[in-house]
Amino acid sequence: MIAMATEYLVVLFALLLCVIMAIIRVIKGPTAPDRAVGLDTINTIVIVSMVIFGAAFNEVIYIDVAIVYALLSYISTLFIAKYLEGGKF
Amino acid sequence: MIFEWVVYLFLAIGVFFNVLAGVGLLRFPDVYTRLHAGTKCTTFGSIFICGSVILLGLKMWYQGNVNGSVLAIHSAVALIAILVTNPTGAHALARAAHRSGVKPAGAVIDELEPKKEQPKPSARRKPSTAKKASATKKEVKKK
Repeated sequence: MIAMATEYLVVLFALLLCVIMAIIRVIKGPTAPDRAVGLDTINTIVIVSMVIFGAAFNEVIYIDVAIVYALLSYISTLFIAKYLEGGKF
Repeated sequence: MIFEWVVYLFLAIGVFFNVLAGVGLLRFPDVYTRLHAGTKCTTFGSIFICGSVILLGLKMWYQGNVNGSVLAIHSAVALIAILVTNPTGAHALARAAHRSGVKPAGAVIDELEPKKEQPKPSARRKPSTAKKASATKKEVKKK
């Protein structure tokens, strides 16, 4: 099951390029909301790449991990936003 | 044959929009425009990539593999999770960025600013109607 179709490999390399561009924004970002935006983008792309991995290796449990990751990253984004807003929790 | 081409087309559209999101995240000048690029493009691209996986699972199910139905349904649930959570997180981030004092690049006025020294609402009307209103008020006072 290690052998992977070529098209999925190409798709995953393109998504890796996108994640690298978002990481550059996270490192370079002038303000804190910029970094939060970069992290949000990285979360979404990681979810999509997990779905692609699940289709490539024919393993459904990767997609289950993607669902849980989506919900947890949403909660973390909301908490970062609440912290940047500066109010009471 | 046509089915495989449709799957490849969906994958290509999704990857194109995801890479576009990365480029926009690097090139745009501002928090709000970066949020625009980094959220909407990834949502649109993930719709198409998850859609291609759903099509693949439906094809496997049609060919008699029970594993394909599980693949399709779980990908659909992941897609729904992305569709619900991604715009909400973007909205919260934009509100947090505005309230923490980040201005848009090249902005002249801020309509969401707490109102301090705005002109009175009567001065914003058209001058002719304002004059008429004031004239009628004066006439009423004289009478």
